[in-house]
Amino acid sequence: MTLVLRGRTVVPGVVEGEALVSHETISGWGGIDPAKGTIIERRHELYGVCFTGKILVFPGAKGSSGWSGFFQTTRLLGTAPLGMIYTVTTTKAALGAVVTRVPTVTDLDQDPVEVIKTGDWVRIDADGGVVEVKERS
Amino acid sequence: MRLTDDEKAMLDGAEGPAVAAAMDLLVRYGEALDCEQLCDIRNVAGTMTQPSPAKAKLVAEGGWDKAFSVINLDSDDDLEIPDMRVPTCQLQQGFGSDSAGIAPYSKQFIDLQDDAESFYGRKGVNILATCTPYQVGNLPVRGEHVAWMESSAVVYANSVLGARTNCEGTASTGAASLTGKIPCWGNHLPENRYGNHLIDVRVPVRDFLDWGMLGYFAGDLVQEERPVVTGDIAIPELADLKHFGAAAASSGGVELYHIPGITPEAPTVEAAFGPRPVPEAVTYGPRERRRMYETLNSQGHSTEVDFILLGCPHASIEQVCRAAKALEGRRLNSSTQLWIMVPRALKAIADRSGYTEIIERAGGRLLADSCPAMSRSAPEGTKVFATDSAKQAHYLPAILGIEAWFGTLEDCIEAAVTGRWAGDLR
Repeated sequence: MTLVLRGRTVVPGVVEGEALVSHETISGWGGIDPAKGTIIERRHELYGVCFTGKILVFPGAKGSSGWSGFFQTTRLLGTAPLGMIYTVTTTKAALGAVVTRVPTVTDLDQDPVEVIKTGDWVRIDADGGVVEVKERS
Repeated sequence: MRLTDDEKAMLDGAEGPAVAAAMDLLVRYGEALDCEQLCDIRNVAGTMTQPSPAKAKLVAEGGWDKAFSVINLDSDDDLEIPDMRVPTCQLQQGFGSDSAGIAPYSKQFIDLQDDAESFYGRKGVNILATCTPYQVGNLPVRGEHVAWMESSAVVYANSVLGARTNCEGTASTGAASLTGKIPCWGNHLPENRYGNHLIDVRVPVRDFLDWGMLGYFAGDLVQEERPVVTGDIAIPELADLKHFGAAAASSGGVELYHIPGITPEAPTVEAAFGPRPVPEAVTYGPRERRRMYETLNSQGHSTEVDFILLGCPHASIEQVCRAAKALEGRRLNSSTQLWIMVPRALKAIADRSGYTEIIERAGGRLLADSCPAMSRSAPEGTKVFATDSAKQAHYLPAILGIEAWFGTLEDCIEAAVTGRWAGDLR
């Protein structure tokens, strides 16, 4: 079954891949290791998990203003996620997506963190603001 | 986005390729925010000099012009960087040469930063080298639009000073420094500056520790939103609000809060919420206070403490004075180190006032420019650290893989002298 979500473009582009869903907001500085592309915040539900090459689905960005710089570094070091889908727009998340330069959408008609599961196959058409989700069989 | 004529000219290259790249980033960023226009700013607090492996590589390839182009403008080109268009300062950075031999930190990074300081100084960047520019002369006026990064400085500028800034990043502040523009979104718009959560404090909040825990509670509760805090609170001093905001921006993403009767945009509780009704209050009482204390101490197990860290955000001169008084005539445990982080300008005052001498005589250190989190540096072999900062207790275990204790200045000094953590909530 394919679920279709509609929202708006944050960073244009089309990409598809496996979803990695975080129910908790993510810290950039002090929250990820850009060299490894992993979440390092000890109390985080995704502690130790790698987001490289995944469609990162998360409620939003928290913490330091180093957020965008740390995600930009994942692009420079080749550990970036493939695409991003987030619920709440903040300057950290928006600028972070812009400088990571991966297709990104937000303001979807359903909360992506609730309806997308880790392992689902997700196609982001960020140009049209459309997300297609195929449940993991 | 709707651009004005001068903005269009900048985007089209009328002021050179670096300014055009800066405007291109601001347009991409503005569109990502779904923002309609830019606003004029004349005060930027960003980061350019802080060393990193990625930056070292870029500098080796194409000098500081290249590093600024890629990191601060998000451009792939190697652009010649002009002078800063508006007043711009460097926030906290890496350790400098005077920390060599104290803080383990690479000589390569110290040299790289020295080189960066001379490059950016020539471009008109004020090297304040602190996360608290408002402590050393950069005080925007109420209502002024600015472009600041550093979450603890952003929340201070918005809430305590009444200036208007979003929590900017490395690239947006870089672009702002060459254009004098930033997306007019979020906190720049008056309708987004009213509170939307009410916290009723039912336990006395009088000192630095309690302001930090209350901030940590507020951030956890409201996440990115805007808390209004009332109740049993004493008039805070600068350091209390510095700690409160930094904590609220660590457990959550608070960029703006109001304390009716104290902060400038909230003469009353009603005014803090503007045209909206005052929401039902969430209580912060003894139980919530205890929970915050336990959460902040949940990453401490061994009571043998190797390292004490004070001054996050960078200490005020009063905090340095208090630490000196607490250390007077005492001597640190041989296996424990104590660092106090300060802005360099305040270190000069501490030196002159004799505080540095007292702290050093006890075996402690006053370090400028940086902190263990920024430089990823703690005394060799540190396994357990203690701090009076909710922000460092939150971040440092993840950044350095060490255990954390959180308590009062007195608890921390006691641990520095005995080598054992005996803090408790009193």
